[in-house]
Formats: sequence, C-alpha cells, structure tokens
Amino acid sequence: MRTLTTIVLLIATLAGCTASKPLYYWGEYENLLYSGFVNPGEADPTTQVIKLTQDIQIAQDNGQRVPPGVHAHLGYMLYTQGNISAAIQSLQTEKALYPEASIFVDRMIDQLTK
Amino acid sequence: MIYNSLKLIIVLLIFDWLATGCASVPKHDYSLYRSHMPRSILVLPPLNNSTDVNAPYIFLSTITRPLANRGYYVFPVGIIDDYMKDNGLPSAYEMHNVPLNKLCEVFAADAVLYVAIEDWGQKYIILSSSTVVNFHAKLVDLKSGELLWSGQQHAIESSGGQGLIGMAISATVEQIADTLTDRTYALSRRANHAMVFDKRNGLLPGYYELRRQTEMQSP
Repeated sequence: MRTLTTIVLLIATLAGCTASKPLYYWGEYENLLYSGFVNPGEADPTTQVIKLTQDIQIAQDNGQRVPPGVHAHLGYMLYTQGNISAAIQSLQTEKALYPEASIFVDRMIDQLTK
Repeated sequence: MIYNSLKLIIVLLIFDWLATGCASVPKHDYSLYRSHMPRSILVLPPLNNSTDVNAPYIFLSTITRPLANRGYYVFPVGIIDDYMKDNGLPSAYEMHNVPLNKLCEVFAADAVLYVAIEDWGQKYIILSSSTVVNFHAKLVDLKSGELLWSGQQHAIESSGGQGLIGMAISATVEQIADTLTDRTYALSRRANHAMVFDKRNGLLPGYYELRRQTEMQSP
C-alpha cells in the first residue's frame, strides 16, 4: 500500500497544473502503438480496428475530442485489412479534424489507391 | 496493478528536475520558438545508442500524448515509421539524414523532433533492480532549420527491498513480474510528460491548447 500511496502522490505532483477537463480522450491508441511495435501478435489490424473504433465512439459519447493521429492510424489499419473505402473515409476525417495533416494524408490516399 | 500491490518494496523515482531542483536550471530562451511557433510536430524514430532494441519504439509509443496534450498536432508515429521504411529509409539513422526541405515537402510539418536515446532498460544489481530511460530531444523548425527547443530526461526508478525477508520476496516477485511487465514503458511515459510540461524548460502551449483555453473563457 505504501508503494501505491507513493505512486499516487508522485502522479499528483507530476500532474500539477494540468487540472480541468482533458483535451482528448486517449483510450487505447498508445497501448496499441506499443503492442504494434513490440509485440505485433497482440495487436493485429483487426484488434486495432475494433479498439480504435470503440475509442472514437466513447469519445463522441462523452463529448471529447479524438487525439491527433487516431483516425489516420485507424485508416491505415483498415487499409491493411483491405477495406479501402473505410480507410479513405477515416483518413479524410483526420484531415477534417486536423488540417495540419492534409498534405501527408492526401499523399497516403494517393499511395493506397494506386 | 496487481503486481504493484504484491510488491513489498519502496519505489524511488528520481527525475532530473527533482534531483537538480527547478530553480538552478537556467530558463530556456523562447524567442526563436515564439517567432516560428509550430502547430504540427513530426516525431522521427529516435537514434538508439542503448543496447535495448525496443527502446526507440517504446519511446515513440509514449511521445504523442504529451505533445498533443500540450496543444500540437502530432503526426501518427506508427504510420510515419512504416512510411519511411517503405520509401527506402530502413533505419532511424537514414531518417535523421533526410534534408529538412524534403521532410517539409512530404509531410508539410512545421517542426521535426529529433531524439537520441542514450540509455534504456532494466538493470539488476543483486536483490534490487533499476529502470532507466535517458534521452535528449531537439525541436527544429522545418522551414528555417532553426533549433527552437531542446530537452532531455534521465529518469531512474529503483526498487530495493526492506530488510532481508522483504528483499528476498521482492527479488522473487520482481523476477516473475518483470517477464510480464516492461517498466520502461511507464517510466518513458512519465519522463516524456515531465519533459514536455516542464514549467521552466518545457514546450510552449500549442494551438489546440490555446484554443481550448479560449473556449473555456467564452462558453
């Protein structure tokens, strides 16, 4: 319990000024990145598509924003599943939410539809 | 979580900013940063000078969140890594040598984050273990090539026993637990957060954070 208390206190210290409502709903995105890189067997495209789609739904239900990269990553996973039209739709959503991604997303769509 | 409550150990977390004390660190000069204020950041896979082959990927999977929470658009790190490899750049070394104008053309990012990992992993010393993540980062403006910001983290998490029985139990439990848990993932997450949100030397709040602050003021 002492360990837990220590960790809780440290997290509180580190969190510090970042009070109020978080900017994004993060869900599983970073855990999926980790698994995808380190233990690819635990995060095949199907698993990733299911989890990211769930996360996006939860964010919408709670009125929270989906973080940068999530729709693009989902689009890429859909593409690896062979679901091209859903992939493009997801990439377009990334662009609509984050215009910073426009040029790269267009480049990806070009490559994926070749 | 079960694993945490099983342990009969004390956990010491020593972050750079705690060890050195905030007051002694000179404040970063933000003038160039402000004049080239980026909205988007491209994080390239880090150079790896450690012996842990997974280190760059563990780092990559823990950097998006703090940067985005600070208000920046962060290019999807998993896709970027694949995209670069598919386009003839098999390692971080080659990726770091891509000219800035080329990165600008392909990604249209405002800034690029170059990271080098110096030390990474779990080390065992008799009955205790320590986890280390040590890296430095440079944020470079893609149009001008100016260095906007640099940061570093050297985070160490040590686990040691309390008394002989406690030590023996903790060593046994940890050896079992460590095959299941990669502690560098959690430590890297904390280190990246500490670096980005450092009160004196962290990143300036980006567009999406400023937009949120404006929204909160005018509901």
